[in-house]
Amino acid sequence: MMASSRGLNRKMLVAYGAMGLLGLFFLFPIAIMVIGSFKSDTVVISDQTSLSAFDPRPFEAVDNYRAAADTGNYFKSLRVSVVVSGVVVVGGLIVNSLCGYALARLRFRGQRVLLSIVVALVIIPFEAIAVPLLLMMSEIEWTNTIRAQFLPFIAQPLYIFLFYSFFRGLPSELEEAAMIDGAGPYRTFWSVLFPLAKPAYASAAILSFLYSWGQFLWPVMIARTEDVRPLPIGLTFFRGQPPIQWADLMAFATMMVLPVIIVFVIFQRQFVQGVATSGLKG
Amino acid sequence: MQPATVDNGASSSGSPSNRSRARAGLAFASPAVVLLTLFMVVPFGLAAVLSFTNRKLLSPLPTRWVGLDNYTDVLGDSGFWGALQNNLVFSAIVMPLQTGLALLLAVLVNQKLKGSVLFRTIYFVPITFSLSAASIIWLVLLNPSGMLNTVMEVVTFGAFAPDWLNDPSYTMAAVIIVSLWASVGFQMVILLAALQDVPKSLYEAAAVDGAGAWKRFRNVTVPGIRHQLFFVATITMILSFRLFDQVWIMPPRPGGPLDATNTIMVELVDTGFERGQIGKGSSIAVLFFLIVLFLTIFQRKFEPAD
Repeated sequence: MMASSRGLNRKMLVAYGAMGLLGLFFLFPIAIMVIGSFKSDTVVISDQTSLSAFDPRPFEAVDNYRAAADTGNYFKSLRVSVVVSGVVVVGGLIVNSLCGYALARLRFRGQRVLLSIVVALVIIPFEAIAVPLLLMMSEIEWTNTIRAQFLPFIAQPLYIFLFYSFFRGLPSELEEAAMIDGAGPYRTFWSVLFPLAKPAYASAAILSFLYSWGQFLWPVMIARTEDVRPLPIGLTFFRGQPPIQWADLMAFATMMVLPVIIVFVIFQRQFVQGVATSGLKG
Repeated sequence: MQPATVDNGASSSGSPSNRSRARAGLAFASPAVVLLTLFMVVPFGLAAVLSFTNRKLLSPLPTRWVGLDNYTDVLGDSGFWGALQNNLVFSAIVMPLQTGLALLLAVLVNQKLKGSVLFRTIYFVPITFSLSAASIIWLVLLNPSGMLNTVMEVVTFGAFAPDWLNDPSYTMAAVIIVSLWASVGFQMVILLAALQDVPKSLYEAAAVDGAGAWKRFRNVTVPGIRHQLFFVATITMILSFRLFDQVWIMPPRPGGPLDATNTIMVELVDTGFERGQIGKGSSIAVLFFLIVLFLTIFQRKFEPAD
């Protein structure tokens, strides 16, 4: 009896030890970022060799955040990122769910062909079409615009397929009942299907938001001047030339990830479920 | 018009309700169809066509067909092969390491000890960081006198404290650390969901048979989540060929030092955008797509059977 409970305690100790040590690996960089954003530029690096890495003094947070906002043009970049991600997420939810619903539940000419095309397009990574897309944008003089940053990402075969699978899995009696009651396809979708599909919408929204917010390769190619730079590009421009103002940079990074972390903390369950869904196989 | 398949008696083929459903089908699908055509199908076709031309982004010279010149150029260039090799090395290390670490984290969190949810949150938070932000933050920790080396010096008694980002032997290792940090939470969550679906009765049966913890892990856990393990491992491999943000941001110059972190994506952006060689860049894009296609076919073909 004694031995077994001691064995259990030892196992728990090992488990907590492992979880804790691994936890430090994930937490240290975040702590360095936040604490670094509070202190003087000159000590961010030199403090790293001791525990003073976690000491927010000498405290110069106001200067750092002001520099990130003024010199780093944080709010200009924030605006671009919010517009791009907002359009991609909201537009994508509408366009992709309607298409997924049509493929799963409605009957129209070319439906089968469209479904196989969507499935095939899932394989194509954006990177494989970035160069010709850059040429297209340049030909219509859309480089250095915000719309060039969101338009290519609204329709996503992966999310169309996600919604298609979701709507296929719902029992058809509900819609049929609505139709017998005289509801047309539009009202049926809006009042019956949409409320049921909230989990699918949450997953698609979270995944597309994370992807969109972090976009880097495409804006490197398409966003040149500061008024169209999204946050990731703004951050790398702010880094600029040495000597690097580390604390200002950490302040910019903190302001860049903070909105996402807040959303994450509020919607943690949906977040985790949404990401887990991306691993579900049909 | 195709006949309706809904058999609810109220509607028969050709009834107003069916016609309105067919119209709705087209109306619902068309925005996505238009966008996919303009921004995916057309550029994808263009990539294939342009890869046989000398098209430049900005050039007064007319575009002409150059046959396979771009491909022989790219495939004859040691830069491309070096980049491919870097991608393969990155992939060969990250795939087992990230899958293994994700599995370890998922198993630890799945024990449902007090505080498990907190640890799950901690491991997952870096997912909310853009790779660009993660790269910039890690520059501080990867500094020669940064936090990582401070820990390293304690652990190895001062024997190991490399200049991670300026010594070409270690830059890829630094990139791998950041990649693990920033994305292992994704795989962990997928595996965690899988773990929770393994029937408890299997564990109980194994325990009755006297199987120890390791045996239960080998014979119950791993087979129980083999689909997701395979999916996570292969998707990690496929995604690793897109490696770009970290190697563009972290080294002293993109893909550096001495091309130690040069990747296919760096070659693509360097050729297609920085040098404006659309034709040659398109041929790199086509080659990249063929690699991804090959890996995807491999993934679908070797998926573990039920």
